[in-house]
Amino acid sequence: MSDIVKSTPKVADHGAFGVSGTGDTSGYGGLVRKSSQIGSSERPFGSYFDEVVDDLERAYPSFSDAIEKVIVDRGELTLHVKSARLSEVALILRDELKFEMCMGVSGAHYPAETGRELHALYPLLSLTRNQRIRLEVSVPDSNPRIPSLVEIWASNNWQERETYDMFGIIFDGHPALTRIMMPDDWPGHPQRKDYPLGGIPVEYKGATVPPPNERRSYR
Amino acid sequence: MGIEEKLPSGFLLTSVEKLAGYMRKNSLWPATFGLACCAIEMMAAGAGRYDLARFGMEVFRASPRQADLMIVAGRVSNKMAPVLRQIYDQMAEPKWVIAMGACASSGGMFNNYAIVQGVDHVVPVDIYLPGCPPRPEMLMDAILKLHEQIGNEKLGINREMIVREVEAAALAALPTHQMKGLLA
Amino acid sequence: MTTFNTSNQNADPYASVRETTEGRVYSVTGGDWDDLVTEIGATQEERVVVNMGPQHPSTHGVLRLILELEGETVTEVRCGIGYLHTGIEKNIEYRSWTQGVTFVTRMDYLAPFFNEAAYCLAVEKLLGITDQIPERASIIRVMLMEFNRISSHLVALGTGALELGALSPMIFAFRERELILNVYEMITGLRMNSAYIRPGGVAMDLPEDAIPKLREIVKELRTNLKDTEKLLVGNTIWMKRTVGVAYLDLPGCISLGVTGPVLRSTGLPWDLRKTQPYCGYENYDFDVVTADSCDVYGRFLIRIYEMEQSLRIIEQALDKLKPGPVMVADKKIAWPAQLALSGDGLGNSLDHIREIMGSSMESLIHHFKLVTEGFRVPAGQAYATVESPRGELGAHVISDGGTKPYRVHFRDPSFNNLQSTSAMCEGSLIADVVAAVASIDPVMGGVDR
Repeated sequence: MSDIVKSTPKVADHGAFGVSGTGDTSGYGGLVRKSSQIGSSERPFGSYFDEVVDDLERAYPSFSDAIEKVIVDRGELTLHVKSARLSEVALILRDELKFEMCMGVSGAHYPAETGRELHALYPLLSLTRNQRIRLEVSVPDSNPRIPSLVEIWASNNWQERETYDMFGIIFDGHPALTRIMMPDDWPGHPQRKDYPLGGIPVEYKGATVPPPNERRSYR
Repeated sequence: MGIEEKLPSGFLLTSVEKLAGYMRKNSLWPATFGLACCAIEMMAAGAGRYDLARFGMEVFRASPRQADLMIVAGRVSNKMAPVLRQIYDQMAEPKWVIAMGACASSGGMFNNYAIVQGVDHVVPVDIYLPGCPPRPEMLMDAILKLHEQIGNEKLGINREMIVREVEAAALAALPTHQMKGLLA
Repeated sequence: MTTFNTSNQNADPYASVRETTEGRVYSVTGGDWDDLVTEIGATQEERVVVNMGPQHPSTHGVLRLILELEGETVTEVRCGIGYLHTGIEKNIEYRSWTQGVTFVTRMDYLAPFFNEAAYCLAVEKLLGITDQIPERASIIRVMLMEFNRISSHLVALGTGALELGALSPMIFAFRERELILNVYEMITGLRMNSAYIRPGGVAMDLPEDAIPKLREIVKELRTNLKDTEKLLVGNTIWMKRTVGVAYLDLPGCISLGVTGPVLRSTGLPWDLRKTQPYCGYENYDFDVVTADSCDVYGRFLIRIYEMEQSLRIIEQALDKLKPGPVMVADKKIAWPAQLALSGDGLGNSLDHIREIMGSSMESLIHHFKLVTEGFRVPAGQAYATVESPRGELGAHVISDGGTKPYRVHFRDPSFNNLQSTSAMCEGSLIADVVAAVASIDPVMGGVDR
């Protein structure tokens, strides 16, 4: 290119140092990182996962209706189940496939995935077969209802209360869905991503340290 | 044998303040307010190796009505704060509070929605003891400093004068946000 | 709607009564007990709801037990928890992966190394370096975890005995515990809550004179633990208080998701160290202790014998120790600082500072980037479990590919085990409730996180 690039006149120089804007000096400010949507894994899954999925298919004829994705990642099997079919799948997993214990409900909030923001994860353990799998259910923010599994695994009673308290996921059929960790009249659901950390700036001899959610930091 | 042998003519003179201070500090009874990790170090301080019984303090009174000292050991969550205040109110005067640990003194490493950032938002604190958790020896050091404080407390008109002086000094003092430290 | 009883001119300011939708509620904050009892007796209401509030010497920490009593028999037990909720899981989302260890360690504060180990195992699973953790690091982890198991069981026994009225075992237990806290201090620098087990290995190597000292301590512990045993095992009063109390059999345990000594007291030898080994546990020779009686006495015996088994594991670990690295070899993940104790406390060792400032630019860059930014963990989720003294402790970690965890959730054993209090205690006496809670051994920091 033989064009001579004309230099644009400088408008104003405001100095080379000092925080302006976000103060992000990492150079990564312009990066946009899309959350990776892991697609369903392909057979063979490896170790006991094939056996489990086969048994489930055999015992539960509407397998393809209920199970959206089967993911095998880092040595763990995750079955993404549709929220409406959760109780049926759970009952079959407990009775036919002998997953006697449910290790609780872990909630997760992905505000970027519209329509599927709230996830509930159930790690299951089979004592007789020494196997572990995980169930994952996704529900939208607008209708965060998941059927309760308290009648299938009684240990989920407090776990579902905690997930409700922290994320706002409503478990239909839970005998007493109330707040368990926060005071009973607390507004909001603290572990959601849109709930602030709630820290206060700390002042010491003239300097102020901002709370952890407002400090400059790497992502 | 003891002090009574050394007294000239068998008389000991002291002031009521000193006597009251001496009595109070040598039989402080702590109330159990162990919440989290610091409670374990408090229990270790009361156990055999670091013995709080040498101060007469190994009886951790379960009922706050019988206790003088509340050692707030551990992080105070927002749900626990009213309970803390109620227990403090149930204690009879004179009472003292030690905020044991970083979480009780200032919220510690948990600067978030759930923890009261310093138990002095809820009860008046006499001694702040930093540490995460503070060693039992540090707790005993705090208790000894408190003993000194208690032994020197004034009564009656002297107390009112001291309170007024302390308040005047605090009002005239440099506010913390103007203290520059090493960063100025 | 509540109406205050203002008609009575002699209304006791310390024992007020109000009518609520649930009946009469008496607030007793002092005053005459006899007056209150006669008043309650006059209402012909046989069931009384009593609050064993969050501040109570016999509830293991800030646990609120709401008991519905008929005389001395408990008809219903409900647990109020959340008085120690610290928001640790949300706090970790604003810290780097390594800093997460310092938070996680304070959840179950009687078993800090287990929390750290579960978290680090999950992070290492996400990083994919589980096979590259050096053997020496795994052995040190096992050793510290087993010492931690002993110290946690000692506190369980001591405070359990204290709550039931036996005062001496607590002193003995804490004396033993001081030996173990000396071990922690020698190796990690802190008596509790040391962020020593880090993703990739452990923070620093054992001091040079550690191994002979450790062997001595193990010998001392072996003899001293017999003292606590002799005080309580076979003790008639202890057995009267604990045998047959808080019965929870195998179907009950499984449906309530109860693991740990409570599950093993039903006779099922389920121990994650044997069934799903981690950190090289398959190479150690030890027995899984079970009991048949499903009651408090059985769980207590299990804890005593588990301590002996832990001592066996520690001796085997001390024999297995060979010189080697304690952090993973990948320099982009390994914690760079080599700490040493100098005149002004624990800090970077002078050798390390000489290296990063003088000889190796790469070391300097690695040190800087790892401490300020931290390493990045590829996106995904992992669930790693360890067998903590209370049961199965699981760390569920979700990463979005960044330097900070996206979501960390801990499946704490005390949280699930505490749910079973109702099943254990309904129909028993109030004193048995105390024994039941002591046998579950909940640590409220783990319950509430």
